[in-house]
This record gives sequence, C-alpha cells and structure tokens, in this order.
Amino acid sequence: MTSSDTATGVPLIEVTGVEKRFGSTRALHGVDLTLRAGQCLGLVGRNGAGKSTLVSILSGLAEPDAGLVRFGGQPAPRVGDVAQWHEWIATVFQHSMIVGDLSVAENVFLGAAPRLVNWRETRRKTREIMSEWGYDIAPDTLCRNLAVEQLQIVEIARALARGARCVLLDEPTAALERQAAQRLFQRVRALAASGVAVLYISHHLEEVFEICSDVTVLRDGEVVLTAPTADLSRDDLVAAMVGGAARDAATPPAPAAAAAVASRETLLEARDLTSESTRGRLSGVSLAVHAGEVVGVTGLLSAGVATMGRAIAGAEDYAGGEVRLNGTLVPSGNRGVAQRAGIGYIPEDRRAEGFVAHLSVAENATMTITKKLSDRLGILRPAARVAAAAPLTSRLSLVSSGPSQPAGELSGGNQQKVTVARTLAHDPSLIVAITPTRGVDVASKELLLNSLADVAASSGAGVLLCTDELSDLVICDRVIVLVRGEVFTEFTRPPFDRDKLIVATEGLQEAAP
Amino acid sequence: MITNEAPVTVAARSRMRAMNVTVLREVALLPVLVLLIIVGTVVSPAFFTVSNFAGIGQQSSALGVVVVGESLILMIGGMDLSLESTFGLAPMVAAWLIVPVSAYGSGTDLSPYLGIVVLLVVGGVVGLINGLLIVKGRLNGFIVTLGMTIVLAGLQNGIVKAQSLFNLPAPFGYLGSASYGQLPVSVIVTVVIFVGVGLFLRYHRVGRAIYAVGGNPAAARAAGINVERLKIGVYVAGSILAAIGGLMEAGRVSAVTGQQGYQEGIIFSVFAAAVIGGVSLKGGRGNMIGAASGVILLGIVGDILDLANVSNYWIEAIDGAVILFALVLARIVGGESTAEDR
Repeated sequence: MTSSDTATGVPLIEVTGVEKRFGSTRALHGVDLTLRAGQCLGLVGRNGAGKSTLVSILSGLAEPDAGLVRFGGQPAPRVGDVAQWHEWIATVFQHSMIVGDLSVAENVFLGAAPRLVNWRETRRKTREIMSEWGYDIAPDTLCRNLAVEQLQIVEIARALARGARCVLLDEPTAALERQAAQRLFQRVRALAASGVAVLYISHHLEEVFEICSDVTVLRDGEVVLTAPTADLSRDDLVAAMVGGAARDAATPPAPAAAAAVASRETLLEARDLTSESTRGRLSGVSLAVHAGEVVGVTGLLSAGVATMGRAIAGAEDYAGGEVRLNGTLVPSGNRGVAQRAGIGYIPEDRRAEGFVAHLSVAENATMTITKKLSDRLGILRPAARVAAAAPLTSRLSLVSSGPSQPAGELSGGNQQKVTVARTLAHDPSLIVAITPTRGVDVASKELLLNSLADVAASSGAGVLLCTDELSDLVICDRVIVLVRGEVFTEFTRPPFDRDKLIVATEGLQEAAP
Repeated sequence: MITNEAPVTVAARSRMRAMNVTVLREVALLPVLVLLIIVGTVVSPAFFTVSNFAGIGQQSSALGVVVVGESLILMIGGMDLSLESTFGLAPMVAAWLIVPVSAYGSGTDLSPYLGIVVLLVVGGVVGLINGLLIVKGRLNGFIVTLGMTIVLAGLQNGIVKAQSLFNLPAPFGYLGSASYGQLPVSVIVTVVIFVGVGLFLRYHRVGRAIYAVGGNPAAARAAGINVERLKIGVYVAGSILAAIGGLMEAGRVSAVTGQQGYQEGIIFSVFAAAVIGGVSLKGGRGNMIGAASGVILLGIVGDILDLANVSNYWIEAIDGAVILFALVLARIVGGESTAEDR
C-alpha cells in the first residue's frame, strides 16, 4: 500500500470547488478531492450525501455546474467524450455494465474495439491482461455464465485494457461473499501498488479501514473530512458521516427474553421446504417464528437464505413442504394470497421488486393497501393516499421533496425506506425481510432495523430476517444458519458471536454455539 | 435535500411543481394542434366551420375508442395488433346474425339489441383468448396478436363469403350515425369513454394498479397485486372497446364491409395516435388527455389533406410524413414522455 504522503508529483485526479444542483436539491457544494498515483482513497457518506453524483461527474456522465475536474493537471475532457475519459478513469459501477450474451473478450474490449475486429488479437490481449493480473477466466466464456465476482474481474480488466490510470470502484463488494471480497481486496492492493489510483466507495467502513490509505467523507454534498485512515477510528468516521444529528437510534431495543418468546403462540411454521431455485436450493428446511419474535436466517449467498424468504413470502414457488401462518396453509408462489394472509415482504433487490420508479413516494408506500384506502366503488382519493403515507414516511425518516416525488429519483437508502413503508403499511403479522440493509448507509441501517424490531415488540408481529449481513442480526432473538439448503445450526442466545457465526456459515462443525 | 423546511411548504411546492410538469406535459400537443388549425383555415374556408369539426369528430370517434383500448393495453406493458381485426369482425358477426338471408345474413334474424350484446361478447372472447395465450401461456404478445389479427380477418370474410352487409337496422347503426343537432352521438359517447377511462386511471384503485403493473410488474406483484388477472382483464377491456369502435364505424358508413379494420390497416393509426399522445410502448406511462390529443391530431391532418384536394396517389405518403413529424415534435415538446400521471 502506498500512502498519500509518499506519492509525489501532479495528482492524477484533482477536483476543485465542484457544485451540482438538481432542481431545488443541492447535490454537491464546493467539493475538493485529490487522488494521486498509487493511492487508494475511500469515499464514504450516507445515502444522498452526493457520492453517486460525484461518481457520475468523475466518470464523465454529468457536468458540474461550477468547479473544475483535472486529470494529471489537464482540464478534464468534454462531458460525453467517452473515449477521452476512459484514457484517464474507468468506473466499475454498482450495477454491472457487462453484456451477458457476449464473451469475456468482447466485453473487455466493448466500445474500444477497432472498426474491424481481429478475433485472435482480441482474445490474445484479453488473455494477456487476465494473466498479468493473475485472473483465470477464459476469453471465450459467455459472461452470463460467470459469477458476480468474475464479472467484476471482467469490468476491472476492461478498465485496465483501456490503460486507465484511475479506477473508481462503486460498492464493489455489495454482492460478494466474504472470501470473494478478500480476493478483491488483494487485487485492489496490487492495482494501487502498481501505481493505479483507486477511488473506493463503500458503505462498509471496515473495508475502508482494510484497504484504503486515506478516506474522504461527504455529508449533504460537502466534504467534511479527509484524513489518513490510520488516524481515525470507526466512531470518528461514523460521527463525520452522521454529523450533528446524534446517533440517537444507536442502541437497538433489547431483544425480548428468549423464554418469554418461546411461550408465545407459533405464528409461522415452515416444514420441510424444498426448492430447486437458482438463487440457492433448499433441501428440507423447517423453522418456526413466534409472535413478537425476530428470527434471523443467515448463510452464504448460495445457501438458500433468499430462496427460503421468498418461498415463505409467496414470491416464488417451492417444490415441497408447507408454510402455515397461524395454522392456515399459505399456498406456494402466490404473493397476493400470502399478503392477504398477513405476510409482509421486503424483497432482496429493491430495484427489481421494491418500488415502481416513476410512481410517487406516497403511491408506492400505499401500494399494498389500495383496497383499504378506496371506497366501495374502488375510488381512491389521492389525498387519502398522501395521508396514509405520511405517518409511515415520517416514522422511517424518509427524505424526499414531498409525497409526490417519484420513488426512482430518491437515493438508494430512501428507496429502501419506501419499500419498507409499503410493507409496514398493511400491518403484517409476519414480515419477511431479505437483506433489507444492502446498500444502505450506517444511520439508515439502524433506523430500518430498529423499525423492524419495534414492530415485533409493539404489535407482536414476527420478523424473519434473511440476510448475509451479520451486523444486521443484532435485532434477532434467534439466528438460524443455513448451509447448502439445510439448517446447519441455531444460535438461541443473543448477543451472537460474529466469529462463531462466520465459522458456522462456512459449515464448520466446531461452530456449535 | 430539503429537510429543515416546514413540511407543509415543501409539500405545497412539490405539488405545484408536479402540477406544472403534469400540465405542461398534458398539453404538449396543443401548439401542434393550434398550428394545424391555422394551416387548415388557410388551406380552405370550409375548414373552420362547425359542420367540418362535427365531421372530423364523427370520423375520428371510432378510431378514438380503439385508441383508448390500445392505450390501456400498452400502459400495462402489453401490445395488441388484433384490435383492428376485432374492430371488423365483431360488427360483422353481429350484423350477420341480424340481417336477413337475402342480404347475406345467417338467417337467425337476431334482434339488433341482442346483436349489440353479441358484438360485445365477440370482443370480450377475443381479448380473453389473447390474454390467456399471452399471460398464462407466456407467449410473445406481438406474435400472438399478429396471428390473431389474420385469423379474425379471415373469419370476417369467411362467414359472409367476402360480401358486405348493408341495410343495418336503425338501433344497430344509431351509435355511428345519429346526432343531436350538429353534435354526433358517436362524439358524445367517445368523449364519455375518454373522460371515464381517464378518471378511472387516475382515481380508481384498479386504474392505479395498471400504472404499477406497467411500470414494474415484479414490484407490483411483490406488493400483492394480482398481475396476471389484471393483464388479462385489460386485454378483454381493450378488445371490447375495439368492438364498440367497430360498431360506430359500421353505423357511420351504414354497412359492415370486408375491409373494415384489418384491410384498412387502422392499427397503424391507432398506435400512432397513442404514441403521439405520449403513451409509452414500454408500459407504465400515458394518460387519456394525451391519447385524445393524438386522435384529434390525426383527425385534423386527414381532414386538411381531404380539403386541400391532395391527389389520392400522394395522400398516404403525406399522411405518414405528418405522423412522423408529429412524433418528433411531441418528443421535443414533451421530453422523455409526453404524459405521465402522478
């Protein structure tokens, strides 16, 4: 790792006084940032702090209203001149920019291929880049057959193929398992050591401490802190991100005593669930959730955690077994019936299932209760919708320009709050939440988790929290660990030991709690 | 982020902003319409008269009703090419059951009122078959409805051996031919349908569900909306509207011909009107004000070309060019989408 003070010469990226407004919203204000060769700079901030805007400006997708971006001392190319930008900076976006039906080699040279494609040459160059960086992916493989980790390698290879001297990684570990993330860190370190400047954007502060030499914190569109990571503690960083707004939501309510919960009635009973889902198979999972109980389910990506949540919520079919809520059978794969039975569902991928982008916040938040809000003839007054959404959005501290703002315009964390609001709206007796805090900043994370725990404590609803984010499990009364589609072990006494949980998700026997 | 302002002012301002945007988008075609009316007035003194506008209204209302149907189907993320054949087949079946054998009827001599019921049933059945094939059978909507178009057009000619049916009884022709003073009944009914469907889309929970399903079917399903049933329902409603449009057309020309619908190729105008009016082919966006402006625009263009005595040889080329021009203009004026309801 090269630290900033040892790097010399003209900075590779120099951002000075950048301003950007979107209508009445100030996204960036007087932002300064420098990035030198061989430096790995972490960029952190809450959802809506302006990270995404800065990423688009640095990637040449958006133009700042004021201020300068310089690459190696030269003014940045014109916005839209993609080829020129790519000579300086390559961005690996949060959402994959890989074309699934093209081969690895084609994707690496996508947009940079010469007019006439020399296939042999393209393949040779791809192999060269791959071997140079110690990756092992055949150039002819179709990208849709690759795992997420390999897709990222292809994206990084694409950046390197263009000779970019800066690489911008936007939430690269969001979809990676721990081991894969560790391998990514090694690659990032190697990149930085070879003189590439890396801008690393993440919600996971421990990652920033692990691989970044310096860190810059954005809050409400302004840079509030830039310092070497070695001089900071995690709490310093969180304080800078959250600012004056004290972390009043920091302490989760103590989980109800296990004994008290066990005596309560059984709410959900899933028996011998099996599924061949591509998200991870299930081979006979049984579990129960009692009223007022928060049950965590965790495991590796392929362990079937998401499959189980989706099957119970009626969002996908299960092949065998049964799901009963308060003793009543919930049919397989019928979300509407499951919802009417009282099962709320916070989906894993909010972009795909969480909200309708061009409909308003209020309309999305009340989508589950249109029947309740409308009169006998089905007429639904917009005012009734806004009135019903207001308590939900304020309870979740959802930041928007108003109830009529389209949900697609919100930042990621606020979109997730819309999804959670939609679920809480219909007063479910059981909430199935799948990775509800993915891509959400620290403060919003606590708020979302506490709102789930609150529901359980106050209304006696059960919560089934399916997640691979171990820090989310603090609100749980029990944690069930799945390994390869089977219940491996169960942790019944909080607080849960993080290391033991990690060992258990890997399926290692000594993890027994 | 505007967090520290009073929530009331924020809400009020955002509502105003949303209203301004909505209003701007909904009247996106207004300048084009005004321009066309000026052109028409210059071209012919007969243009700016009540009787001419009544004529445009009567000629456009059948198309307009089909456009409502197609817009609903587009908004839910589907498409239906067979509406043009339903537009021809439904009145043909009804008329065939009504008129006497001597006029190529079937000989059942059905009452014209029952005939109208039959017409609606034919529309509904066609829509149900389309909906089931596309939604339950998971077939591609383009191919299914393309095939259906040809089948229905074949039936339309087959049952009457390619004859046209004249001498339709008065109640059957009433909708397309009657008028109050200068105001045609078809125009009144079409306006009622546009307004009714527009209000339904805006204020009814099923109407809102149409936007949700069209915008993001997976999210709508996750929110408990029965996506499949709603889609099938919209295909049925769209086909019934096409059948009503066909009834208007039959009344207007006092006959059901083998050409009505498919051979006239009205589906192009239907799609053009909807898309000019800002209904997204990708689903989720569009409204009835836009769709109605699209219909009026096409009606005025056709009328001007008639009045200008444009040679028949050239009329299609000019018609098509004007539609392309209107699309470009609607895109420029309306931005990403010309109409979206918030």
